[in-house]
Amino acid sequence: MSGIYIHVPYCKRKCHYCDFFSVEDARGMNEFANLILEELRLRKDYLPTEPIETVYFGGGTPSLLTADRIATMLNGIAKTFSISPLPEITLEANPDDLNPGYIRSLLDIGFNRLSLGVQSFDDNDLQQLGRRHNAKQATNAVDMASQLGFNNISIDLIYGLPYSSTNVWESNLRKAFRLPIQHLSCYHIIYEEGTPLQRKVFMGRVTPVDEAVSVEQFDLLHDLASQNGFIHYEISNLGKEGYFSRHNTAYWKQIPYLGLGPSAHSYNKTSRAWNPRSVDAWINAIKKGSIEAENELLSEKDILNEYLLTSLRTIWGIDNGYIAGTFGIDQANRIERVANKYMQLEILEKCDSNYRIKPKKFIVSDGVIADFLTE
Amino acid sequence: MNTIRNFCIIAHIDHGKSTLADRLLEFTQTLTDKEKHEQVLDSMDLEREKGITIKSHAIQMDYLYNGTTYTLNLIDTPGHVDFSYEVSRAIASCEGALLVVDASQGIQAQTISNLYLAIGHDLEIIPIVNKIDMDAAKVEDVKDQIVDLLGCRRDDIIAASAKTGVGVDAILEAIINRIPPPVGDPNAPLQALIFDSVFNSFRGIIAYFKVFNGTLRKGDMVKFFNTNREYDADEVGILRLKMVPKDSISAGDVGYIISGIKDSSEVKVGDTITHVDRPCDKGIAGFEDVKPMVFAGLYPVEADDYEDLRASLEKLKLNDASLTYEPESSLALGFGFRCGFLGLLHMEIVQERLYREFDMDVITTVPNVSYSVYTTKGEVIDIHNPSGLPAPTLIDRIEEPTIRAQIITNNESLGSVIKLCIDKRGVLKNQVFLTTNRIELTFIMPLSEIVFDFYDKLKSISRGYASLDYHIEGHQVANLVRLDILLNGEMVDALSTLIHRDYAYNFGRRMCEKLKELIPRQQFDIAIQAAIGAKIIARETVKALRKDVTAKCYGGDITRKRKLLEKQKKGKKRMRQIGSVEVPQQAFLAVLKMD
Repeated sequence: MSGIYIHVPYCKRKCHYCDFFSVEDARGMNEFANLILEELRLRKDYLPTEPIETVYFGGGTPSLLTADRIATMLNGIAKTFSISPLPEITLEANPDDLNPGYIRSLLDIGFNRLSLGVQSFDDNDLQQLGRRHNAKQATNAVDMASQLGFNNISIDLIYGLPYSSTNVWESNLRKAFRLPIQHLSCYHIIYEEGTPLQRKVFMGRVTPVDEAVSVEQFDLLHDLASQNGFIHYEISNLGKEGYFSRHNTAYWKQIPYLGLGPSAHSYNKTSRAWNPRSVDAWINAIKKGSIEAENELLSEKDILNEYLLTSLRTIWGIDNGYIAGTFGIDQANRIERVANKYMQLEILEKCDSNYRIKPKKFIVSDGVIADFLTE
Repeated sequence: MNTIRNFCIIAHIDHGKSTLADRLLEFTQTLTDKEKHEQVLDSMDLEREKGITIKSHAIQMDYLYNGTTYTLNLIDTPGHVDFSYEVSRAIASCEGALLVVDASQGIQAQTISNLYLAIGHDLEIIPIVNKIDMDAAKVEDVKDQIVDLLGCRRDDIIAASAKTGVGVDAILEAIINRIPPPVGDPNAPLQALIFDSVFNSFRGIIAYFKVFNGTLRKGDMVKFFNTNREYDADEVGILRLKMVPKDSISAGDVGYIISGIKDSSEVKVGDTITHVDRPCDKGIAGFEDVKPMVFAGLYPVEADDYEDLRASLEKLKLNDASLTYEPESSLALGFGFRCGFLGLLHMEIVQERLYREFDMDVITTVPNVSYSVYTTKGEVIDIHNPSGLPAPTLIDRIEEPTIRAQIITNNESLGSVIKLCIDKRGVLKNQVFLTTNRIELTFIMPLSEIVFDFYDKLKSISRGYASLDYHIEGHQVANLVRLDILLNGEMVDALSTLIHRDYAYNFGRRMCEKLKELIPRQQFDIAIQAAIGAKIIARETVKALRKDVTAKCYGGDITRKRKLLEKQKKGKKRMRQIGSVEVPQQAFLAVLKMD
């Protein structure tokens, strides 16, 4: 099984914190769907296994594309690969792009999951982040999508915001849980290199929140989510049973994926590849008939480290029996020793035969994971 | 013998000794233009960089003066207090000394102590005011200082600039006319003083000597008086820019001997060379077996490099007999060596040479002096390492080495210098006004008090004016305690120090504060405690890391994230594990970094 990711690199306006690749001019938008089909044709042999279990349109802002264009791409995928009988097909959407007609079309085309970039239900937060929608549009979009038939809706929220407060965050969460959503992606704000927000921090015009505030908000997230039946299954992802993001989970479970569109990454178990981070360069590459900008062959060490890194970010954790079988008993012994250290510190727990970071401790996971890596 | 002149140069660091030496080589045409490169005598890179001479050297020059060719032996002396014994042996080999004083800086403490040493050996002193070409030169003031100090006539002082060559002729003339030729009997039993030795990877140890009496011939069977070892004089010769073999070296002259010695510890500076079959009655006076005064643990940064470190130290010791080392192990740092050094500069040099010449990166533990512990059973134990201290109940008393420190400073900083010395447990013994604004202070102080940061402090409170020289004086009873550092209750042996009881509280507190800065936050609180025995005297806490996570890890983030965490892992690996606490290497030098 495999996944497909399509990166739609267009935004009406870039958000202040975002470092995903996107452009504010619509050049190439009209031919975008056809270019994706062309790339699909070029790279149809990339994936080592089929069927396709998940398709994900991310961005950028995929909801800027008309339903017809999106349908063109989906149909192309369906013609190229065998598709699993119950695929998960997700579209990332901006709340203010949604209207009843568009939502119906998406359902008709075959989308069964929506991921809405809500970020906050507080208009001040939204303004500071440079979002183009307001809180009302966000709640309306969720209600509308639900009423029209989407029963797998995820929203994105950001916490740890410098202009905001824990009170606002708590009220955001409470509002979210009152909405008909099945999934939440909650990110602590990251000051990514090169973003306007990071520049403001650098200039001293924005002061990141105190660590204690971050922890408080993280705890609030975890606790409120649990009370509302959401399982904290990955550092930034929470979902009701049966509604975890299958596409994203695949990233953490070493399932191959083909990434189409500018800057999209692909993985086929032995290597990782990434497309040019520029619309023009991507278009040129497709027109020349060769697409992979860069490619990294994964060594055994890389493969083990990626397994450790991605698994420890989830509630499934790492399976040391698998490690012993695949990477040898020495590695398993080494991991056992590190695991014991963190068991004693009550950061790690054993669940069935797996070691996992306690979801409550996800917030200190980087150093723990680094310790597990092999050299 | 009447045409030989043996002399050394006494000068403070940077007062122009090496430049003057080069100029003399040039004026006597010992150095051709081709061979000319800055400061020939400082042959180690490190020496040239630090602007000091670490090992002494000797070089012979010929100079035609009034129709006679004179042999001038310049015996260069190390320029730092750590090597004062070598200086004394070089001085003992000379009949005269050039006293070089920087015209803008005046006389410094170290110059004075070496000058006294030279006067004590009845050397003829030729005072020189150097760097007279500099804008800041105060030639007349410095001449006043010299007259005050030596009681010489003003006319005897040569004004020179080694840089431009002004006055160099006058210096050569003074060497010939004012320094007496050596005395000695070429036919008496051989007595030659070893004043230095170097290691050559092809020839073994080469000893430099001055013949006091008798004649040393190639092929002679010789004996080193103090070690009582016998050798064949495979090669003898004189030192020009290169070694020049000769059939014999006679009384009054300076030369080298190669006799297949492989181990630098067999050639002791200060020892006397004599003949096996016709030995002298006694060695040349003043032999001392120089003992290291400062000890520190040296540990490889990578534990696997232990054997390499041993090999490197072995090689270093070949041309540095004063370095000692023995294996030791530390719970915190693994396997390493306890090394003995003449002083802190010597320690720095060894560390630097390990790095440059052997590519060895080492962690150095807190240096300490050697203590004599008198046990209740009446034994005396030399302790080089705080962890070797017997249990308090077994200790009758501990004695620590003391130094006689000579400090020259000015009126403005006099008060703060005295305060500093007294804070460092110094006892003022003498105070002499050299000029109206130059005071020489003599203090008896514990050596341990100058080991850490004394010199830097002295320089800063006197705005760079004060200068220091010291010599080992003796021992005194000291009220010492062992201060331990605990991390989450585990003692870190490499951070233990022996310290005077009165200072322990303050020191422990500062140590904890410094460690708090140096130890990164981890997933749990880290208690840093200073303890004397079971008693905790200071505590700091490194609070647990509370947020250490990057929010996103999707398809496009995995490679970047993996590389980031692998880098973090690498950093962790360079840390040392004390219990569950990861301690960065620089923490082991925390003490040296405290202000």
